[in-house]
Amino acid sequence: MALKMVKGSIDRIFDKNLQDLVRGVRSHREDEAKYISSCIDEIKQELKQDNIAVKANAVCKLTYLQMLGYDISWAAFNIVEVMSSSKFTYKRIGYLAASQCFHDGTDVIMLTTNQIRKDLSSPNQYDTGVALTGLSCFVTPDLARDLANDIMTLMSHTKPYIRKKAVLIMYKVFLKYPESLRPAFPRLKEKLDDPDPGVQSAAVNVICELARRNPRNYLSLAPLFFKLMTSSTNNWVLIKIIKLFGALTPLEPRLGKKLIEPLTNLIHSTSAMSLLYECVNTVIAVLISLSSGMPNHSASIQLCVQKLRILIEDSDQNLKYLGLLAMSKILKTHPKSVQSHKDLVLQCLDDKDESIRLRALDLLYGMVSKKNLMEIVKKLMVHVDKAEGTTYRDELLTKIIDICSQSNYQYITNFEWYISILVELTRLEGTRHGHLIASQMLDVAVRVKAIRGFAVVQMATLLDNTTLLAGSGQHKSICEVLYAAAWICGEFSEHLEDPVHTLEAMLRPKVATLPGHIQAIYIQNAAKLFAAVLNGQQGTPDCQTMQESSQLLIDRLPLFVQSADLEVQERASCILQLVKFIQKLQHKEVEVGEEVTALFAGELNPVAPKAQKKVPVPDGLDLDAWINEPPSESESEDEKPVAVFAEEELRHARPHHTEVDEKELARRREARKQEQANNPFYIKASPTSQKGYQDSTGVEHIPVVQIDLSVPLKVPGMSTSDKYLKLEEERRQRERKERGKKEKKKKKKREKRSGMGRRHDSGPESEEDIAPAHMVDIVTEEMPENALSSDDDEKDPNDPYRALDVDLDKPLADSEKLPVRAHRPTNILKSPADDGEVQEVPKEPKKKSKKEKRDKEEERKKSKEEKQRRKHHHEARKGPEGGPPTGEPIQSSYNAELEPALPTAAPVEASDPDFWLSSTLLSSKSQETTEATPGPIPEKAADVGPGSEPENTKSSKHKKKKQKKDKEKEEKKRKKQHGHSGDREGEESVQNGTLEEEPLPPMSNYSLLAENSYVKMVCDIQGNLQNGSQVVVSIIFENKSTSFLKSMEFNVLDSLNSKLQRPEGSGPHDGLTVPFQLPPGVSNEARFIFSVQSIVMPQRLKGTLTFIVKADDSSTHEKLDFKLHFTCSSYLITTPCYSDTFAKLLESADLKGTSVRLQEVSLPFHHLLAKICFHHHFSVVERIDSCASLYSRSIQGHHVCLLVKYAHQTVTIDAKCDESSLLGNVLEEIKKTFSQS
Amino acid sequence: MIKAILIFNNHGKPRLIRFYQYFAEDMQQQIIRETFHLVSKRDDNVCNFLEGGSLIGGSDYKLIYRHYATLYFVFCVDSSESELGILDLIQVFVETLDKCFENVCELDLIFHMDKVHYILQEVVMGGMVLETNMNEIVAQVELQNRMEKSEFVFISRM
Repeated sequence: MALKMVKGSIDRIFDKNLQDLVRGVRSHREDEAKYISSCIDEIKQELKQDNIAVKANAVCKLTYLQMLGYDISWAAFNIVEVMSSSKFTYKRIGYLAASQCFHDGTDVIMLTTNQIRKDLSSPNQYDTGVALTGLSCFVTPDLARDLANDIMTLMSHTKPYIRKKAVLIMYKVFLKYPESLRPAFPRLKEKLDDPDPGVQSAAVNVICELARRNPRNYLSLAPLFFKLMTSSTNNWVLIKIIKLFGALTPLEPRLGKKLIEPLTNLIHSTSAMSLLYECVNTVIAVLISLSSGMPNHSASIQLCVQKLRILIEDSDQNLKYLGLLAMSKILKTHPKSVQSHKDLVLQCLDDKDESIRLRALDLLYGMVSKKNLMEIVKKLMVHVDKAEGTTYRDELLTKIIDICSQSNYQYITNFEWYISILVELTRLEGTRHGHLIASQMLDVAVRVKAIRGFAVVQMATLLDNTTLLAGSGQHKSICEVLYAAAWICGEFSEHLEDPVHTLEAMLRPKVATLPGHIQAIYIQNAAKLFAAVLNGQQGTPDCQTMQESSQLLIDRLPLFVQSADLEVQERASCILQLVKFIQKLQHKEVEVGEEVTALFAGELNPVAPKAQKKVPVPDGLDLDAWINEPPSESESEDEKPVAVFAEEELRHARPHHTEVDEKELARRREARKQEQANNPFYIKASPTSQKGYQDSTGVEHIPVVQIDLSVPLKVPGMSTSDKYLKLEEERRQRERKERGKKEKKKKKKREKRSGMGRRHDSGPESEEDIAPAHMVDIVTEEMPENALSSDDDEKDPNDPYRALDVDLDKPLADSEKLPVRAHRPTNILKSPADDGEVQEVPKEPKKKSKKEKRDKEEERKKSKEEKQRRKHHHEARKGPEGGPPTGEPIQSSYNAELEPALPTAAPVEASDPDFWLSSTLLSSKSQETTEATPGPIPEKAADVGPGSEPENTKSSKHKKKKQKKDKEKEEKKRKKQHGHSGDREGEESVQNGTLEEEPLPPMSNYSLLAENSYVKMVCDIQGNLQNGSQVVVSIIFENKSTSFLKSMEFNVLDSLNSKLQRPEGSGPHDGLTVPFQLPPGVSNEARFIFSVQSIVMPQRLKGTLTFIVKADDSSTHEKLDFKLHFTCSSYLITTPCYSDTFAKLLESADLKGTSVRLQEVSLPFHHLLAKICFHHHFSVVERIDSCASLYSRSIQGHHVCLLVKYAHQTVTIDAKCDESSLLGNVLEEIKKTFSQS
Repeated sequence: MIKAILIFNNHGKPRLIRFYQYFAEDMQQQIIRETFHLVSKRDDNVCNFLEGGSLIGGSDYKLIYRHYATLYFVFCVDSSESELGILDLIQVFVETLDKCFENVCELDLIFHMDKVHYILQEVVMGGMVLETNMNEIVAQVELQNRMEKSEFVFISRM
């Protein structure tokens, strides 16, 4: 009843709702456009009304029209209006429309920021959900920046529904606002352990997506994911994780080793095809990453290939397709194991499904050998003839060429055959790959010297054949082969049988219909041919041919002189004049042949594409150095007479330099000649010897005459490749017979010696036995001598994912907090104090202490895991009605499976990936090495150990000790790194000003606190952003003695103003226990929090560290006094500030100013800035030449603005702050910093 | 990542389009046309994967589709998605539609494009798989519908 009423009331209000519109569109099939335009007019009217319901309805209709292809961006503002309705119904309509049509260029998006923020924090979870969904589609960099913090808070929402969406949308936020990645990552990582499987899956999803782009940064998560993999029952999650591992293994072979076992177990146990497939894929990735020399993994390869064969043989086309896809990955590293399935692949080539045929083609690439290349290509040629669609045919064409040309034509034994294949391919109509064929022809003709004669004859027929010319109008691409043909005929014209005929063919008027660049080549090579004709006729008494050909050129070239193509025109007119001149000489009966030939003399050698880049920079040559004096800044200086002096000096300096160069060059030239002489692939300068070589190979025996006998349907005058197959077959048989006799004895011997090892020797003929039909020398492409062996794969600078390539393990800097801004214009000086958990300052010590507690945690983890596992078993037994947590989809599907019975993998040791990865290794190593020799553990090379399978029973004790040692070492290492981590931050904070200048010297804020013979303390004091009255003191304790230090207690005498924060229940004078012990030589960091009241003055606090020194037989109490110095700078927090805000601040009357002058500062300006920024926690607002404005904020919100000017070794700092004594002290400290240095 | 989700019928008429990357409207229509052209000429017994619709980009992308009666459900995804997983996802989506519309047919999609969008929003968000459990999806959709209804009662009383 109620619904009917509603419907009635709606109908009364609206003229037309979505359903009416759809109905209308359907009933106006003939004049749909007209009808819709009338509807749009109606909608425009509706949008003008104040009633939000009417507007929402209109927007809903627009969304429909958008699907039909109508631009609705004009209604963007109305969409925003509907989005901001308080009713969920309308809001949803608005967000849907926005998500369909908003994009980065939509300007009204700016207006939505606050509305979205409001919706995100709405008490109604569905308002939030709708906003998140919408935002995920149209988030812009601005929105991402402004809302990142809100979304991050939602990641900890009470409702899993919201958490899940918030986690997912973070990926979009990262993409648009990469700066948010580091601050948000810890929480994202937390979500991997979320109790709700949906949220967990979302987090896995996001991290996998991130890791796919920059896998290196996520290696440290491997142990965590490994744990998830062994504990999760959700196939979706498992698939994602396994895919992620596939991306990680290439970076870390040790990970691969760890994975192999659980993955193979999964392959055996799972019945979900999707999971099985991904496992196989990842195992393949692992096998690729582990170099091939892993004998014990051949079983895994076999398993994969075997499983894939099952997939390929399946009647389900999808599985067949995927099987082939995965097979092609194995092919790259283990071609042998795939080659045995050649039958299957060839069978797939005949499949009716094009996708499958394409995949099979991919596989063929790796299956060819010298033995079967011709056969396979023949099969492909049949397919080419049969193929209907041009795309598939083109694909076949490229594959044929790929297969034949792979690894430097490795598998081609008969290049005549290949040339004829290429010529046959030119018959394809409408192919896009004319260029490809052409480049192959050129490549082969240039690099395989022995084939040139044959190639030239073939090319001449191509040129003579008019079909290609005729087709040039429609099928533009194929005429590219004429380019190659013309060039080959011209360049190697000595092989031509009838150069005059070819010359005539090249100058036909029809040539003028070809594209310009081809015509140009025609003309140039016609000239070469002409030269050859002249040369050929030299000495013969009758000079008629010569004169005829000159006349031919003079007759035909004017057509090209008129060409619209500049290149053609220029070449034609140039050559025309040349020929006219030659003709004149001919009339005078002057011998010109040699001179004309000299025009085109010289051999062109193939040059490797990267050659130029790899030319090494000679010693003593600085490419960045100025050749001339650098241009002076102002023009007037140029005119100064001083410049003349400088030039003269240069002149003196220069010749000397070139002399050296010339000597060097001569030396190099000599060396190069030597090298070439020794290089069997290099064509030597003596052509005569080459000729003889060619003759002996017997190019002549190829029956060129037979060509004309081929089937008339085919292009006349072209050879078919088929006959080569037969010829080859015969040849091989002959050879085999001959060899057979000789080798019988040898073979027996060999077999005896190698036993079962070389099974393939017993086959009919092995790879190596096939000798090429005639010796071919593939000229390797030339590289400069001593080429640099750098294969730098440049990354695409436009890659949007590059911005996300950040180190996630580095502790967060203060400047990296997510901006929290309520409203842009008013609250520009954002106070990051309230971003709560976003803050991540005490990350490092946590890690440290974590390690200390590792043992305990391990135990806890183990028991927890076990509990979980038990729980999962429980759930699994409960079956489908057991509840939603396992996201299992419907039966009939690929994912359907109850529970992947996972092996109880090796216990996950700890969160430290290196440790985790090396644990297998350690166990095996501990057997051989005594624990007394700690020696540096190689981190990367560790896995070279031959038997790294974990198999130890007796030495578990050793192992533990060893591990402990290792931990300590790592800690030490980390400590060292930490010492430097400071300067990284320092660099970052001045980024905006100084990035392009020379690198900054290392800086550290850790200063010596106290030291005695046992222990050394260095400390860093930083304000705490979260709490305006707190200061965090990080102290690194280093054990300098050879004894064990324990029971360390840290105590400070509180002052009125500053107090050490002690745990509740302890008295005001009690010391704090340092949460670790220090073995000899080890250092570790602890943090102490102090509360301060006033921050305007620096402070000193007296304190003591007491500890017990434990030697072998005795232990003594020791103590160390120190003085903690809280500088005013340590109350400052690096806070970025925009220049306009900065200007406003300076204008406001609240700030009091003062200034200070530093004399004789010899630092470069950017070092100076970096120092101020780093040691005193400022950030550069703006920098112009040697003048910069800096900003910082104290933990209690005082603004500190500096204007630093630098001239003639004097630094002037004008400063403003709302607290003058604070400012005075800060300036004093800055002064001190520079007086020290 | 899922780059686009298209639903169109046997004649190529779009029933739902959802791009997770911006394309102008005319480009969208062209993509639909091309995708339809690619998909429609394939037999029902060939595999459900298609490589390289040139418009929707790159060798990393694949079209994964299913054909139900009069409708094609096409997902364009990159290599981070499991092919078989997406096929299952399409199945989940269709079954969810079936549950929400009670024996879904093309007409439901024609007249309730908005509702189909709302359901899809519970399955895929911003190009990433949000939920694969059908019961959960249906529950969320129904809760939201109920909320909508309660608002209407409220409005009609005004």
